[in-house]
Amino acid sequence: MTQDPHTAGLTGAIIHDAIVPARAPWLHTIRAGQTLRIVDLEGNQAVDFLLYSADDDAERYSMQDTVSAQGNLFLRQGTVLRSNEGRAMMTIAATSVEYHDTIGGACSCESNTLRYGHHTKSQHACVENFLEANLTQGRGKRDIVSNINFFMNVPVEPDGSLGIVDGISAPGLTVDLRAEMDVVVVVSNCPQINNPCNAFNPTPVRMIVSA
Amino acid sequence: MTNILANPLAARDHARAMAGTVVESMPILPPHADDLPPGVSADDHLWEETIAPGGYATRHLPRGARLRLIDVKGDACASVMIFNAQMPSERLNVADTVKVQWNAYLGAGKLLLSDMGRVLMSIEADDAGTHDCFSGTSNAATNAAKYGDGTNSGPHPNGRDRFLLGAAKHGLGRRDVHPCVNLFKGTHIEADGTITPIVGPFAPGRSVVLRAEMEVIVVIANCPHVLDPRPDYTVTPLRASAWRGAITPSDDPIRNATPEGLRAFENVEDYCRR
Repeated sequence: MTQDPHTAGLTGAIIHDAIVPARAPWLHTIRAGQTLRIVDLEGNQAVDFLLYSADDDAERYSMQDTVSAQGNLFLRQGTVLRSNEGRAMMTIAATSVEYHDTIGGACSCESNTLRYGHHTKSQHACVENFLEANLTQGRGKRDIVSNINFFMNVPVEPDGSLGIVDGISAPGLTVDLRAEMDVVVVVSNCPQINNPCNAFNPTPVRMIVSA
Repeated sequence: MTNILANPLAARDHARAMAGTVVESMPILPPHADDLPPGVSADDHLWEETIAPGGYATRHLPRGARLRLIDVKGDACASVMIFNAQMPSERLNVADTVKVQWNAYLGAGKLLLSDMGRVLMSIEADDAGTHDCFSGTSNAATNAAKYGDGTNSGPHPNGRDRFLLGAAKHGLGRRDVHPCVNLFKGTHIEADGTITPIVGPFAPGRSVVLRAEMEVIVVIANCPHVLDPRPDYTVTPLRASAWRGAITPSDDPIRNATPEGLRAFENVEDYCRR
């Protein structure tokens, strides 16, 4: 039997294993102590990521609390993903990409009109995926907050210039997230086709949960 | 028990005798100030309030209003949330604000963008230049860790709890407290992502003028910056003045400064079209 390279190094039993197609949403509950591995199957794919406390979804991922607590904008191995109340939600236990973005936010039909022109309004976008997945559990627009973009690269230049640039990922690269509390994970496998975050070509990713 | 105040009418007189007391941090009603910009009529003065150190304030402002914030003594930190007053599920989106404008730092001419592709407020004037889009504000846990206590009722109230109270006064709740911007306290982002706080203290009197591009609710907390390295709870009064003003005209230089910003104005003008 050939070892699946995407599960190498995961300990415990695999309790969930899903391919998220290009441009699609995904929602799953991860229990404290379980590990979620995200695999960038074909490389250069941005994975937009929201987190809610499973017990109280008004407590959710906060980009500002996360970066303030570590004094750094980039999410690296060891980064604790913090809630709007400052609590640890998940920890980046391992990553084969040097760092991940949390300042770029999610693409939306509305922000696309600003960034690329009104002709992009009808295109699919991450906020559409976040809404579609969240609505199944009663969350709505007020629950769409700052997010993480795994595998995405948003450098900040000395003069403040920033932008989403070509990814630093490659086929088969992974990030492992250990849940520190019971969390609901909502993912948009980014559909953006107007900037380099997906190499202008959205591709599938794989979600593996081990316990 | 104080015998004289056992009488309700004496208690009333005692309470009424406090009227007219002037303190450093308070609202002035009706609004009055001697330093409104030239051309601003006293009749157009909407709001005059000095926000206490550790305090907060909130206000519903019409489209076209100008909101001037003054760091009176040089150590204020204005953490600001902004909502569309007609539909508060539309609110400031810090990620879109930096991403759409291709820049991490706020200053004169920059726009504060909503999550609906519209401009909520624009920065009409700024002589401070030290602002912060990334650090957010303190919460009960960070203030407890730093000062020993972070509760609203204690001596070291935190920004998030201040925001919660301000939002609650518009019927909003925990789901509505969103990422904020910090005015007057800045950060610089180093090449490796390190956030370097720039907290002063600064010269007194620095100011920022925001222009409401739609009808907005602002909630302002004046608590120490969450990354302020000073061990003491250090913050000084923040003065807010607002006055009515013209809706941004089509030839406005801020409106037309960038193609992305122009589309944000076109979107808000379309939203407000009646």
